Amino acid sequence: MSKKSRGGGGGAAAGEDPEDLSRSPLQAVLLADSFTLKFRPITLERPKVLLPLVNVPMIEYTLSWLESAGVEECFVFCCAHAQQVKEHLGKAGWTGKPAAREMTVTAVESHDAISAGDALRVMYGRGVIHGDFVLISGDTISNMNLKDALQEHKDRRKKDPLAVMTMVIKHSKPSILTNQTRLGNDEIVMAIDPETKELLYYEDRADVSNLYVTIDKDILASNPTLQLRNNMEDCYIDICSPEVLSLFTDNFDYQHLRRHFVKGLLVDDIMGYKIYTHEIRSSYAARIDNFRSYDTVSKDIIQRWTYPMVPDVLSFGDRQEIKLHRQGIYKASDVTLSHCAQIGANSVVGNGTSVGENCKVSNSVIGQGCNIGKNVLIHGSYIWDNVTIEDGCKVSNSLVCDGVHLGAGAIVEPGCILSFKVEVGKNVVVPAYSKVALLPQPSNEDSDEELEYADTNSGVTDSPPFSSMRSADHPTVSDDDDLEASETGTCGVVGYVWENVDAGIQEEWRQSIAPIPKDKLEELQHAASFDDDDDGSEDDFKNRPTVLDQDDDSDVSAVEDDDYSKFEKEVEETFQRALDGIHQDNLILEINALRLSYSLQHADCAGALFHSVMRSALVAAQSTNGNLLKTTAEALGKWKDLLRNYTKSVDEEMEILLKFEEMCQENTKEFSPLFSKILPYLYDKEVVSEDAILRWAEEKENADESDKVFVKQSEAFIQWLKEAEEEDEEEE
Amino acid sequence: MPDVQPLVSEFVLKLKRRKVEGSHAVARQTAELLRSVVSQHRMGSTNQAAALADAVRGVGEQLIAANPIELAVGNIVRRVLHIIKEEDISSTAVGIEGLSVTAESDDEYDSGNDDHPTLSAAVLAAHARNALRAPSLQTLLEDIPVSTALSRSASSAGDSDGKSGDKSSKSRKLKHDVIAAIGDLIDEIDTCYDQISEQAVEHIHQNEVILTLGRSRTVKEFLYAAKEKKRSFRVFVAEGAPRYKGHVLAKELVEKGVQTTVITDSAVFAMISRVNMVIVGAHAIMANGGVIAPVGMNMVALAAQRHAVPFVVVAGSHKLCPLYPHNPEVLLNELKSPSDLLDFGEFSSCMNFSTQDGTPLLNVVNPTFDYVPPKLVSLFITDTGGHSPSYMYRLIAEYYSADDLVVRRKSTSS
Repeated sequence: MSKKSRGGGGGAAAGEDPEDLSRSPLQAVLLADSFTLKFRPITLERPKVLLPLVNVPMIEYTLSWLESAGVEECFVFCCAHAQQVKEHLGKAGWTGKPAAREMTVTAVESHDAISAGDALRVMYGRGVIHGDFVLISGDTISNMNLKDALQEHKDRRKKDPLAVMTMVIKHSKPSILTNQTRLGNDEIVMAIDPETKELLYYEDRADVSNLYVTIDKDILASNPTLQLRNNMEDCYIDICSPEVLSLFTDNFDYQHLRRHFVKGLLVDDIMGYKIYTHEIRSSYAARIDNFRSYDTVSKDIIQRWTYPMVPDVLSFGDRQEIKLHRQGIYKASDVTLSHCAQIGANSVVGNGTSVGENCKVSNSVIGQGCNIGKNVLIHGSYIWDNVTIEDGCKVSNSLVCDGVHLGAGAIVEPGCILSFKVEVGKNVVVPAYSKVALLPQPSNEDSDEELEYADTNSGVTDSPPFSSMRSADHPTVSDDDDLEASETGTCGVVGYVWENVDAGIQEEWRQSIAPIPKDKLEELQHAASFDDDDDGSEDDFKNRPTVLDQDDDSDVSAVEDDDYSKFEKEVEETFQRALDGIHQDNLILEINALRLSYSLQHADCAGALFHSVMRSALVAAQSTNGNLLKTTAEALGKWKDLLRNYTKSVDEEMEILLKFEEMCQENTKEFSPLFSKILPYLYDKEVVSEDAILRWAEEKENADESDKVFVKQSEAFIQWLKEAEEEDEEEE
Repeated sequence: MPDVQPLVSEFVLKLKRRKVEGSHAVARQTAELLRSVVSQHRMGSTNQAAALADAVRGVGEQLIAANPIELAVGNIVRRVLHIIKEEDISSTAVGIEGLSVTAESDDEYDSGNDDHPTLSAAVLAAHARNALRAPSLQTLLEDIPVSTALSRSASSAGDSDGKSGDKSSKSRKLKHDVIAAIGDLIDEIDTCYDQISEQAVEHIHQNEVILTLGRSRTVKEFLYAAKEKKRSFRVFVAEGAPRYKGHVLAKELVEKGVQTTVITDSAVFAMISRVNMVIVGAHAIMANGGVIAPVGMNMVALAAQRHAVPFVVVAGSHKLCPLYPHNPEVLLNELKSPSDLLDFGEFSSCMNFSTQDGTPLLNVVNPTFDYVPPKLVSLFITDTGGHSPSYMYRLIAEYYSADDLVVRRKSTSS
């Protein structure tokens, strides 16, 4: 949408009566879909929010917390497996009987949302959010008191209507060794104004390998004090003003809450929206993003950091009461334990489960109705409901879903995920970090249930990725052969072994349930000590950015260039989508929006767009010159309207010519021999007028010899133009 | 019944979420809830008392399950069940003895004024029970069919009279009596502080040194009352880590002009030799005279015993629990969040399971309560006066019926 409508949205909100804001009931938007694939293959069959966390579905923790925090109205946004989520809400008594609960829960269903951004746009479309609301995803566990944060948010809003969001953060150190938080995320670097708590900079995938952060110099220039912190954890609990929804609607390329929205607001100073932080001290909040955080949060719950969201208090459905015994052992009242079974510290055993002789269970969660045979060793694992484990099995640091059957003597090595109803034969060893499911791994095209966003591998984090970035084409391998290769003569596993698609980006050991293996730790330790020698202690790290930015000051133009190249890249990506069939009008809108956000000229747009068109032609053309000329002609023919849209004046046309020249000289030399052939084409299609060409030629006359290459190349054409002009004059 | 269900589930949720805590608040709210349960209950024609008791039991079961640690909930449920039984017996007795009392009491409850001391339902009930059966061990051990049989005989007596109007008025009367008696119970919960603190001057003498741990409202009122009676004394307040309620108490005492000294919990043993008496509050008093009290109390009690200092527990009668403690340190305890003790951020590196063996190396235990065995308690001061721990079972027999110890809904057909 254009600048005007965005401005309108902000203005309307600013005009709202602050009293009005405080009177409306507290609402919450709960995203019952994480829009990632991190919990695959389990999430193929059950939505992530319904996965049991210490034997209670995750969403129960979130909803209970919202209710106890005083939220009066909650909208649960369901996308993947919406039916299951709705059924669960009904069964757990959240929807249906309004009188029994203090909070009304409404399920909002949408099947074409593929990101948090889409979800919020749907919410905006519904028009149900009237005041400040809590934005949270259904996998967030917390026991914080919202009152203070809300009050802070409201007070700030009264003073400054542009403070649209308050982010809840929490002190937590990332490990020095792995540069990774307890929850398996990369460490986050935030710049916060210590006085106002305004968030100035947010980077969740900082380049930690060389302890290096780049901060815009404007931030330093406009804020006399700022704290750069890497010991804060983002809780993913946001208190938002209604403008947030309209912002998402206006910027339809915002997909990811943090990577696009937060960064977008921080970078974009046109509208001047601000984000603030609220630090919680004694209460707990964490989001389960991957298997590592599943493990960590489970342990936090067992250790009661989430009180009163703990197994013996938070009961779900008509389950038997769970009692806490010494050493953090939680047992349901109807557990059948053999006399010589040992349940070790920090374990949970759900009801109806029986544990056989000489079993050893430690640091594990066992669900309901499980049947565990004799001499079984379970360590650090999560066994869900109705699992059968026969005699002599060993399960360590793994996740075993509902209905799994482990044959006698099976060994599950650390980091495994056994999805629903997988059967493992006798004496089979499931190798470490394998993911096994009954369903085959979907190939690229049918991944529409849950889409992963923004795992573009490198550098450009700002660019909105529009297609799901799965690395494709892993053939689904039936596991039988695979395992039989390593196992002799046993019946193997019923199910498919999933290849780890993320392997290139995230090494498996980082985000699995298993603790990081010793050799990796040693490796990291070594690397860390090496680093230490290199650039001193941690404190240095905090001072460093300031130094860096001084460097930046001396090189202003570089920054601008950088901006422009970014812009160019984005235009190109947008244009790519246009090739996939997006309507031209939308394309124009998007490019306009991009132009605004980078605060560039119309002419820059024209240049960048021309660049994109030419690139596309280049890509389309395979190799030969003749082909290139032909495809260029086609592309120009196709997009001439679009280009003409930007070539309103001679200046802009000039820009195109200069751009073309630059391209030929620098990055795409393929065009240089064709310059003189393409130029008449541009003229023919009325992309550039003769005035522009002539002026370009004139300007170039005084330039260096090297710059004149193309003028000379197209001398004949220019000559012809001049003559034609003269003829025109003569005719008159 | 369906009308009260929302109220019940709301209270259940509050208990579950630990939104209501502290035995006084819990007891009061439970009593109020049960009063509305009784008043919403539609009386059938037969077996009224049993049906009413059953309704209360059903609600009670849910409430107790919601937070088994708040023993006051169970106490109040049992008290109400006891009241129903007593009222039923008394109305039967009245039915036998004559109608004059009935008419009088009807008037009384219709006007909504139940201050009349001589005819209070409880007194009447006690009379009736004395008239019918002498209180004996046998009575304590008898179970519910007796009362059911009684109410049946009562209703059949009504039928033989053949007056339907009389029957409805009788059923209304039972309900009114029960509601009024629950009202008395609520009053009793409200006034327990006054009743207890009235006895303060008998226990606190001039220039004495009192030690207390944490903050208990009962203790506060007790000390206030002594101060108001111009007793001069000094108070040592142990701060009561990790919740540090002692700090609050110290502030309150100073506002009233009491000489106060705040000490750490760990200094209790060092100070106890200079103390004349330990006065503390309790979370619950168990049937054997043992006390469930805020954490740290056992240490104080042991210190007091070592130095032969009287250890006095002040508590309202709603804290009197008819159950015997079994493994109270674990089963009648609640572990709270470790965040009271540690700052999560500072210790987060100790809880990074990815770099450890997957086994948490740091465990934090933050229990709420301590169990003080009866032999360490010198005296209980309740609203009915001072009692020794060995007398508790007798008090309990007075307040509760023996067959209500386990609150579980029985099928109405029995």
